[in-house]
Amino acid sequence: MQKDYYRIIIFSGLTLLLNLLIIRFSFNFPKEQAVSLMGFGTLGKLSMFTGRSIRILGCIGLIGSIIPFVKKFNRYVNLSFFTTAFTTVSAIILWAAVGSLFDIVGLLDLSLRLSTPIVLGAMAGMLCERTGVINIAIEGMMLTSACIGFTASLYLNNIWIGLFCAILSGGIIALLHAFLSITMITDQIVSGTVINILAVGLTGFIRRSFLLKARLTRTAILPIIEVPLLSKIPILGIIIFTNQPIVFLMMGLVVFISIMLFKTRWGLRTRSIGEHPEAADTVGINVFKMRYLNVILGGSIAGLAGAWFSLETTGSFDDMMTNGKGFIALAAMIFGKWHPVGAFTGGLIFGFFDALQIIFQIKNIPIPPQFLWMLPYVITMIVLAGVIGKSIPPAAIGVPYRKQ
Amino acid sequence: MKPLNIIGRAQYQEIIIPFLSIVTALIIGAVIIYTTGANVYKSYQGLWQGAFGKPRAIAETFVITTPYILSGLAVAFGFKCGLFNIGVEGQLYAGAVSAAFIGYAVRGLPHFIHLPLAMLAGIVGGAVWGAIPGYLKAKTGGHEVINTIMMNHIMLKLTDYLVKNPMLDTQASIPRTPYIQETAYLPKLFPGFRLHWGIIIALAAVFLIYFILYKTTIGFEIRTVGYNQNAARYAGMNITKNFVLVMAVSGSLAGLAGANEVLGLNYTLPAAFISGYGFDAIAIALLAKSNPFAIIPSAILWASLRNGAGLMQVRAGISIDLINIMQAFVIMFIAAPKIVRWLYRIKEGKAKAEVVLTKGWGK
Repeated sequence: MQKDYYRIIIFSGLTLLLNLLIIRFSFNFPKEQAVSLMGFGTLGKLSMFTGRSIRILGCIGLIGSIIPFVKKFNRYVNLSFFTTAFTTVSAIILWAAVGSLFDIVGLLDLSLRLSTPIVLGAMAGMLCERTGVINIAIEGMMLTSACIGFTASLYLNNIWIGLFCAILSGGIIALLHAFLSITMITDQIVSGTVINILAVGLTGFIRRSFLLKARLTRTAILPIIEVPLLSKIPILGIIIFTNQPIVFLMMGLVVFISIMLFKTRWGLRTRSIGEHPEAADTVGINVFKMRYLNVILGGSIAGLAGAWFSLETTGSFDDMMTNGKGFIALAAMIFGKWHPVGAFTGGLIFGFFDALQIIFQIKNIPIPPQFLWMLPYVITMIVLAGVIGKSIPPAAIGVPYRKQ
Repeated sequence: MKPLNIIGRAQYQEIIIPFLSIVTALIIGAVIIYTTGANVYKSYQGLWQGAFGKPRAIAETFVITTPYILSGLAVAFGFKCGLFNIGVEGQLYAGAVSAAFIGYAVRGLPHFIHLPLAMLAGIVGGAVWGAIPGYLKAKTGGHEVINTIMMNHIMLKLTDYLVKNPMLDTQASIPRTPYIQETAYLPKLFPGFRLHWGIIIALAAVFLIYFILYKTTIGFEIRTVGYNQNAARYAGMNITKNFVLVMAVSGSLAGLAGANEVLGLNYTLPAAFISGYGFDAIAIALLAKSNPFAIIPSAILWASLRNGAGLMQVRAGISIDLINIMQAFVIMFIAAPKIVRWLYRIKEGKAKAEVVLTKGWGK
């Protein structure tokens, strides 16, 4: 109880302070001069007095931070975090929108797009970890398949075959992880590190030894698909129903894996192996086969995520182009408590901050871009510290299974 | 293959497996070179001569060995307590930034005060950056692997910001901090070579860490926590204290490595400073099986690969990325000795205690 009280004082105290700063900040915008313009696609624009709006937001955040101090509401300590996160971000957007139009629909659209590799990576990790195999090699798997997918699409001159090769190469790299951690009983984190280092070397080697020598640097990117009729819906039509294939696949996979994992026999077996492999073995489930299967499936999904980098966004391949997204995916997975929908939510949050940072740079907002880059990592650490409640991994995770 | 008679079977196994891992990785490297159509002999000759061909090359190899020993030691020290510190890279940057700041901003101090002060700044910077994930691990169960990776990214961006904004030398043509005062220079070991006193400091650190781990009560506690957290807690050892302490010491070693790079080698911190030592350090610690003394040869090996790769690229047109591939295979074979045993038909000896690594997410 005592410990909880410290937590409230520290967390809510900090958010309280932040909200006071936001309110102080709002006085920088005199009523008549500063007007924020927000664009909502085809629905039109919304103009607001910047100062007053930020002040209102600050007050909402203030209330949210004070509530946990009341004895009766002590357990709502997370409330202060969430309201303050909301008010801070909204205040920053309002500030960015002063004088020039801020396209909210564009921001959300970009968020969904940028969240794609994170969500896919998180689901890849989740499939492995639900069967009890730690996977910190998502980054390496994504990097490898980004490179292989790109190379294949160049040499075979067909982007769809390239996409297929990316998925396949993700699966193959995952097979190595499965072999090392399941059959060879290697420490699973070391095995993941091996794959991450191998991926950097392998992709760099392929790039410098083949791609650059052959002067192959660019390929076409996957086409944008508009879902008939649905894409005409205002706002949602642009954000959800007009996208590139991997974004659609990602949304489909979230639903598909949720159903598979919690409604089918395969899902039940997968989860039982992750919690108690001995018990699963006793009732006749082949632990090794299921672990192999899941790790390889996870790798294929990571491969799809890799293809997003080279085949869907840039149409090129660069060294280290996954840029730590695999580790962010890992954080999204933990944030989402090893659940596909949770992973989706986590991925969206990270995607949102990524998008915000890009738009801020385009609009020349005077916040050092390094701090915006840092933000997702800081948020991950705060989340991991248990702000959203404890995230409990599958019980048998990281423990190699030895048949008696 | 018959075991040698001069050393016992267990020790023989401890040496032969890493040795064969390296040999196998070199063979795999040769196969890759061959398939790309380059000359294997010329490539490896270039690799050797680039690392040890001339006195200057040898000196350069040891210049790289210095941060490798320190950062490898940092990872190994974490392993001893069951902590996987992937954050050495970030801690190294933290040390480099702090040392650079004290190095150029503090003026008018004599050499024997300014230099230790700058090094201390590096140590403290790294220690703070390391202690945070240690504290989070002990208090909230947030896994240090994720947290240190996040802290790496944060530090890289923070360094980039600091060097390009408040610490920027406005007269310089590239973004970098001002040059440090001459009173903060880490002296060179031999005139005319870039090799500096950092290597001596690194070797001293090896002895110090060995002493702490095996000759003190603290070291005993650390190793106990590493072997079995529950038993350690039952015996009344403070897990939180040990986690924070180990991560802080680990971070301070990494910070010292960063400080050495600034004070002994560059005399400034450029924004383009890319070390990569932190990631290679994991491989070095694994190759050495976390043994402080074994860190030295494994750091020399890694440094020679890194230093020789340049000449290999020039001589045979083989991209330096090959080194990364071989490195990954070395760790793979070390971590999965079954593969090497199977390849060379080595019988399993009486295994000594396995290297203790991390155990899953959370608690």
